[in-house]
Amino acid sequence: MAFLDIKQINKRFGTQQVVCDMDIAIERGEFVTFLGPSGCGKTTVLRMIAGFEAPTAGAICVGGQDITAQSPQKRGIGIVFQNYALFPNLTVEQNIGFGLKVRKLPRREIAAKVAEVLRLVELNGKEGHYPHELSGGQRQRVALARALVVEPKILLLDEPLSALDARIRKNLREQIRDIQRRLQLTTVFVTHDQEEALTMSDRIYVMNQGKVEQHGTAEEIYTQPETEFVARFMGNYNLLKAEEAHQLLGLQIDGHMAIRPESIHVLSAGSHELGTFEGVIRRHQLLGGVIRYQVESRGVALWVDRLNRNVADLLPVGASVRLQISDDDMRVVR
Amino acid sequence: MTRTTSRIGAWIAMIVGSLYFLLPLAATFLFSLKMRRDALSFDAYKVVLTDPQFQATFGYSTLMAVLTIVSGIVLVAPTAFWIQLKLPRLRAVVEFITLLPLVIPAIVIVFGYLKMYNSSAWLPLTAHERSTDFLLVASYVTLSLPYLYRSIDTGLRAVDVRGLTEAAQSLGAGWGGILLKVILPNVKSAILSGAFLTFAVVIGEFTMASLLSRPAFGPYLQLIGANRAYEPAALAIIAFLVTWASMGLIQVFARNGRAKRKAA
Amino acid sequence: MAITDTVDEPAAVSGGTRPRAGQFLTWLGVAPFMIFALLFLILPTAQLMVGAFQDAQGHFTLNNIARLFTDDILSAYWISFKVSFVSAATGAVLGLILALAAIQGGLPAWVRPTLMTFSGVASNFAGVPLAFAFLATLGRIGLLTALLRQYLDFDLYGTGFSILSFTGLTLTYLYFQIPLMVLIIAPAIDGMKTEWREACESLGGSGWYFWWHVALPILFPSILGSALLLFANAFGAVATAYALTGSSLNIVPILLFAQIRGDVLHDQNLGYALALGMIVVTGLSNAGYIWLRARTERGRA
Ligand SMILES: Nc1ncnc2c1ncn2[C@@H]1O[C@H](COP(=O)(O)OP(=O)(O)OP(=O)(O)O)[C@@H](O)[C@H]1O
Ligand SMILES: [Mg+2]
Repeated sequence: MAFLDIKQINKRFGTQQVVCDMDIAIERGEFVTFLGPSGCGKTTVLRMIAGFEAPTAGAICVGGQDITAQSPQKRGIGIVFQNYALFPNLTVEQNIGFGLKVRKLPRREIAAKVAEVLRLVELNGKEGHYPHELSGGQRQRVALARALVVEPKILLLDEPLSALDARIRKNLREQIRDIQRRLQLTTVFVTHDQEEALTMSDRIYVMNQGKVEQHGTAEEIYTQPETEFVARFMGNYNLLKAEEAHQLLGLQIDGHMAIRPESIHVLSAGSHELGTFEGVIRRHQLLGGVIRYQVESRGVALWVDRLNRNVADLLPVGASVRLQISDDDMRVVR
Repeated sequence: MTRTTSRIGAWIAMIVGSLYFLLPLAATFLFSLKMRRDALSFDAYKVVLTDPQFQATFGYSTLMAVLTIVSGIVLVAPTAFWIQLKLPRLRAVVEFITLLPLVIPAIVIVFGYLKMYNSSAWLPLTAHERSTDFLLVASYVTLSLPYLYRSIDTGLRAVDVRGLTEAAQSLGAGWGGILLKVILPNVKSAILSGAFLTFAVVIGEFTMASLLSRPAFGPYLQLIGANRAYEPAALAIIAFLVTWASMGLIQVFARNGRAKRKAA
Repeated sequence: MAITDTVDEPAAVSGGTRPRAGQFLTWLGVAPFMIFALLFLILPTAQLMVGAFQDAQGHFTLNNIARLFTDDILSAYWISFKVSFVSAATGAVLGLILALAAIQGGLPAWVRPTLMTFSGVASNFAGVPLAFAFLATLGRIGLLTALLRQYLDFDLYGTGFSILSFTGLTLTYLYFQIPLMVLIIAPAIDGMKTEWREACESLGGSGWYFWWHVALPILFPSILGSALLLFANAFGAVATAYALTGSSLNIVPILLFAQIRGDVLHDQNLGYALALGMIVVTGLSNAGYIWLRARTERGRA
């Protein structure tokens, strides 16, 4: 049995079914991400784990013990909110020490623990500041420290980075992951940013409309999407309808064909290898290290990525090319 | 403290609160029906409503309220607009001034008028009835500044004043056109809320009218109260209904305004 | 602002007066309001304040102020202070409880708008009609008084209670003080994030712990500030007290009212000093309100 085991959980608000029969299993020390579009129920699941919301049906177990009916105070689960939720009337030090004071620890011990966790999140020197005197990134680190210092069994992070700008986000991402590894902390991270999910997670649960769409390691989710939704959500997949797939490749399929742009090979126009087909460049976009071409072939538009090695390689609009896709890279999805 | 116990506490608070607020109203209403010894009747209301004094003073106060609302809006709306558009650094000053009537009691303000505009002063506004009426309206506009300015300013803040104005200007509209055709329709509900609030405050106002010796509804109420038994209760109920109607209308307009803004 | 100034400057040197005229026109936009405020708010009040320091001939004197310190007037200020203080403090506490119950008590959704509308009505239902309502309820022949006597055999007036007394006036003032509190404290309560409570719960804190260590400290400046506003509100009120008690209760606004009417003494300048005293008291409490509000807003930023 997994450390955090969520079984057939359901949540209804009035008549609206927000979470529907979800099964989630997370091992001790794992960093798991819930990934999904806005409104798919990520926060609701997280709030049920923390105990702020009671599930309509189903059970939540931690370490083999059913905690579904336990109050949030008794669960020992730390949470970091998207909007920080620092207590504005308390200093950084008092905010972080809050949970320790609740537990009536001696003052000396509180001070020592707070100092230690402040070092961990690299905020020494800010002890006496109030939340409104800190930057967004600093506030989020205080919120993280406040949750960490009581040594929770599980740490929940609800889009902790989405209010921050890109550069701080990247830094903090690494910092969070680093701390999590060092403390061997079981962590659930919520985001709607697939890049964030891919770079940080041991495993990802992709959610859609209150259901788990697919779960697996980052590589599995990215390279082997099982549904059209996952393929679309994970990025730039070419998604061909059944008739387009037939038109282009002569294949009969059920559902959609998903092809990653970087898995399509571009051969010189002269080659006539087997399994290749002709196309015309319609436009290109420079994405930095990669150039993305839109190639039209047999009435179907495809995105094709090529490394941006040097200027001479650039294929002009209107040029004819031959494309090749290996069988492994064509995924049929539901 | 669990959710249920706190909910029970909340219910108790609401029920006790409702009792305190509804009991005097119920008692007053019952009392107003007791004019006839032997049975409940609306006699007190009949007496009050047919009293020519009532009609005259209520009419007078209504007129004053309408004049107050109109002049208040004409004074405050363009100012609030102009402050947002051109003189944001004056905002704090103007806001402070509009809050002063909450600091300076009405009785002090009117006392000041009596000193400054008495019949031997440079501007003897209290010397004639019409000019005293003018002074009364001015005093009511002053009293309503905090409500009127706040509701109009909030309304303006909710729409993008600068953007709207610049768009209208680029389409060739003049200032009058901008104010009347662009800004006003967008803050209509805010202005109307302020107007009804002003009405509720002004209609039964006592201090100003009494000290300026004008035949308004407030002093009439006081006079009746000092000399009759059941009519005052009937008047209190009528006054309460008038206040309630004003507030109800504010709610209606506020809701319309919100709905419209959402659709925009 | 700084940018437009520097851009305008060369034009002002070479091109004549256009920017200056523009400036002037800009300021002209607020002229009507400023003139109105000056004529009907600031100057009249200022004249009174000056008058408080003058004798009948217009010479400077502190005599008027000194005469405020007679037993009669001091006791009027003291009663006014007590009524305002008690009605403000009680109103603030009860209003806070009502607002909390309606907003955070988990009651059905219709409770809150109903309470807000009613508060809007009741906070404006002050003055003469309010006095009538309380006379009809708790007056000597009031309905509640009669009912208590008839059914519970309880003689309200036998206990020394009178609607014309300090207690009666305070009870009446609460009718508009409590709803006023509900109206001004509601936004502050709305500003309380549910996440604060949840953060506290997830760290092991109980509901009481949250209230004592987070919610009350956060709300405190707003509560105190609102109470100061209620205090000023009661301190300046004339109509309710006058209609309720006539001139029988010796509070400052009624004293001043009688003074202006010429019912009592004919001493203008003493009246000015009385008015000045009122402004000082309400002014101080409002200054406190503004200061506390600024502090709260800074904390939220
Ligand atoms: N307390 C509530 N009452 C009623 N409906 C709710 C409540 N909380 C959430 N919902 C609804 O449940 C659905 C899922 O909400 P949730 O907050 O879990 O989404 P989310 O995946 O976290 O989205 P986001 O990425 O925008 O935060 C939404 O449609 C929302 O409207
Ligand atoms: Mg969410």
